[in-house]
Amino acid sequence: MSGIAMPEPDAEAIAKRDWLIDALRGIVPGEGVISTPEELRAYECDALSTYRQVPMAVVLPETVEQVSKVLALCDRERIKVVPRGAGTSLSGGALPVTDGIVLGMGKFNRILDIDWANRCVVTQPGVTNLGITRAVEHEGFYYAPDPSSQIACTIGGNIGENSGGVHCLKYGLTTNNVLGLEMVLTNGDVIRLGGRHLDAEGYDLLGLMTGSEGLLGVVTEVTVRILQKPETLRAVLMGFPSVEAGGDCVATIIARGIIPGGLEMMDHPAINAAEDFCNAGYPRDAQALLICELDGPQAEVDHLIDTVTDIARDLGATYLKVSQSEEERLGFWAGRKNAFPAVGRISPDYICMDGTIPRSELAHVLRRMQQMSAKYGLRVANVFHAGDGNLHPLILFDANKPGELDNAEAFGADILKLCVEVGGVLTGEHGVGIEKRDLMPEMFTEDDLNQQARVKCAFDPTQILNPGKMFPKLHRCAELGRMHVHKGQMPFPELERF
Amino acid sequence: MSDRQHCRPVNIDELREAVAWAVGEERTLEVRGNGTKAGYGRPVECSAVLETTGLAGIDMYEPDELVMSAGAGTPLAEIEAALAEKGQMLAFEPADYGAILGGEAGRQTIGGVFAANLCGPRRIRSGAARDHLLGLQTVTGHGQIIKTGGRVVKNVTGYDLCKLLTGSMGTLAVMSHVTFKVLPAPETCGTLLLTGAARATLLGALCRAMGSAFDVSSAALLPAAAAARSTVPDVSLAGGEVAALRIEGPAPSVAYRISRLEDLLHDGEIECARLDPDGSALLWREIRDAALLDRQAPLWRISTAPTAAADIAGEREDVLFDWSGGLIWATGDERGDLRARVDATGGHATLVRASPELRSAMAPFHPQAGPLRALSRRVKNSFDPGRVLNSGRMYEGI
Ligand SMILES: Cc1cc2nc3c(=O)[nH]c(=O)nc-3n(C[C@H](O)[C@H](O)[C@H](O)COP(=O)(O)OP(=O)(O)OC[C@H]3O[C@@H](n4cnc5c(N)ncnc54)[C@H](O)[C@@H]3O)c2cc1C
Repeated sequence: MSGIAMPEPDAEAIAKRDWLIDALRGIVPGEGVISTPEELRAYECDALSTYRQVPMAVVLPETVEQVSKVLALCDRERIKVVPRGAGTSLSGGALPVTDGIVLGMGKFNRILDIDWANRCVVTQPGVTNLGITRAVEHEGFYYAPDPSSQIACTIGGNIGENSGGVHCLKYGLTTNNVLGLEMVLTNGDVIRLGGRHLDAEGYDLLGLMTGSEGLLGVVTEVTVRILQKPETLRAVLMGFPSVEAGGDCVATIIARGIIPGGLEMMDHPAINAAEDFCNAGYPRDAQALLICELDGPQAEVDHLIDTVTDIARDLGATYLKVSQSEEERLGFWAGRKNAFPAVGRISPDYICMDGTIPRSELAHVLRRMQQMSAKYGLRVANVFHAGDGNLHPLILFDANKPGELDNAEAFGADILKLCVEVGGVLTGEHGVGIEKRDLMPEMFTEDDLNQQARVKCAFDPTQILNPGKMFPKLHRCAELGRMHVHKGQMPFPELERF
Repeated sequence: MSDRQHCRPVNIDELREAVAWAVGEERTLEVRGNGTKAGYGRPVECSAVLETTGLAGIDMYEPDELVMSAGAGTPLAEIEAALAEKGQMLAFEPADYGAILGGEAGRQTIGGVFAANLCGPRRIRSGAARDHLLGLQTVTGHGQIIKTGGRVVKNVTGYDLCKLLTGSMGTLAVMSHVTFKVLPAPETCGTLLLTGAARATLLGALCRAMGSAFDVSSAALLPAAAAARSTVPDVSLAGGEVAALRIEGPAPSVAYRISRLEDLLHDGEIECARLDPDGSALLWREIRDAALLDRQAPLWRISTAPTAAADIAGEREDVLFDWSGGLIWATGDERGDLRARVDATGGHATLVRASPELRSAMAPFHPQAGPLRALSRRVKNSFDPGRVLNSGRMYEGI
């Protein structure tokens, strides 16, 4: 394990291990409780695989009642619980703790209802993101948020991280596509939020839960809205001799009032890695490649494609290609969608950063990143959701070389600080987890963070859910609950009373 | 209540001082912008008024970045005018609660729009205020200045407190500054009117249109009485129930989609007609502000699954269906029969407009089940343990 420290394990909890496993077996019978070291290994990390910890046990419940009983037991016994979907989190959100259990939601893998008339799907959280689209596509529908990991990642994990994808610019993130959920709190309470209707009543706890990284409750059912597939989809590939020109093209498309279905950018190293990997037909000499996808009725798409290609030409595009068939369109995406494995092939290891910046800062940030790359002596390849300013710099390194992981992490931290400096944020869609936990003070004051911690306490007063994630410092709830108002003066004593 | 203290801070520090004063003196604050929604929610008596209109002005607008930032007390009208100048808009189309609640139209503040999570007929396509708020500066009931979110559209850094605070009616924190997403206004818009059929048939047609690929941005149904009140002649003279579909975008695309929808929905029973852009704009504004219903009677706003709409409304004439049936505006019903029906089918019913007596007797916001109510109280407590901010406005103690 490298740089990021996890909370000191609780010896008392570890001492209860055997007793705990028996108690868990009393709730989830048979194969549902995993406790042998070999089997536990499969759960020791998520997709931030430089961090590994073996939990005391893994529990795989099948019913809401079991989830509720497991949580209530752990709450009473002060045993930490890490909820887990498919374990594809890139921020360590599903990293186990050695003095706690993993609550794997993989057996909640059924779609419960497809409600065509109301255009929504009710599903268990362990169903994969793509599984939802697969279940409805024969009627021409799909579920819009499409993370590149969609074959594997679960809808529960998508709620945990508020995941996005290449179509978020037009269709929104997970949070804009979820209508309802059922969750279990650490005290065992089962709570339903929203449903098949819009705008849940009372506080928007549905919005709060989305992106809460498994720290507030365990999601046991999800209702998402589905959309009818657009009539036509076409994409344009555009190569530019500089990232500035590529960035200008993105800004101009948006400024003309066009919101494309997808608007992605790759830099020179990423273009070449993708070409080597899958021959997508990208121009190897371009410094920036844009993929712009337009969707809607044929007439509209054709009209907008013309506008976009005109813009690109005016800005000096050196490569321009419009998809003429569905096959070709998918070909354009192949390189982008495989960018991670492609980079994985040119480097023994890489870490993927996830900051968001105002679009206008793009060229500046890429230039500064090149300087940092020289300083740290590490290569960086960039793929990003250009339309919404979400960067994914991939920092290439070799974990077998002493110190290189630390170096890569320091480089990554510098990139994220730069994102904040130019008015952006630490993470656009991968979550804070452990990875960005210690950088939170770059964006938030202590008061800001304490208020977030108070919200956590409202849901999980014993703080057993996913501890060590998101918050750089842990405070006891009782301490946070105290009022610290330093007394104010009535500021306008002279004002009229009426 | 003639000696209530009234404060109108002009910057964030004064705002913090005002809240800290109230906490220290154990006073309660009625938090408000221009007060256009004073009659919305449970009637509560606070010992002082805290008004945000001094925190006004647009301080950042970058049309190319689709983002704007303004003081919470900035009039919505000012914001909409600035956006219109650049061909942009608030895509969530906030309803005018001043008009709905029987007051003056056009006076609400942007802070009030987010605090009440307003939206309009485009909700089904573009979301509500909650989907557009990017960042917030607020003062909590701990008397602390809290920042959450940012100015970029993609952000999962920490809990999404923007969502939590949107729609919290000033009961958790006082917004001083809001940063939000703006979008290009559509080049043009058209409306397809459907008439000649019974309510169930028309509601079914709306659902079919929503399930099509033609990107319908709004879908409403007006019973005969509501249609007759419209200032758009094609609607008021239709003589019967009128369903309406709004289609927006580039002109050729709008024309194409309208004609495809006609093909899809036109049958022996349903007759189709089109409204021009001006008529469309007028009609959707009337629908947005529930202006086609009686303006005095108690007004309910029901959010439900579209297929439950017909059952909930029954044969009532004093209703208006928006969101393809997912939103029902209904007048009358002082006994809460509608809410009982919603309880049976799923959704929630808000008593938007009623006398203070009725709002005291009948919870204006839909009652919550035990564990959810307890959780909501703990959330309130986490922001405002002294119960200083608008306390009791949403629910008892909240
Ligand atoms: C190759 C690759 C590509 C990726 N591409 C994208 C992308 O394009 N866009 C994007 O946004 N992300 C992407 N990701 C990140 C990742 O796939 C997402 O964050 C995904 O949503 C995680 O889902 P999961 O089921 O694997 O959840 P996990 O990793 O198991 O868990 C994620 C978080 O959610 C919590 N959680 C999981 N299930 C529940 C539940 N039922 N109740 C409560 N909390 C729960 C966990 O505790 C954890 O904090 C990518 C990852 C990889 C490896």
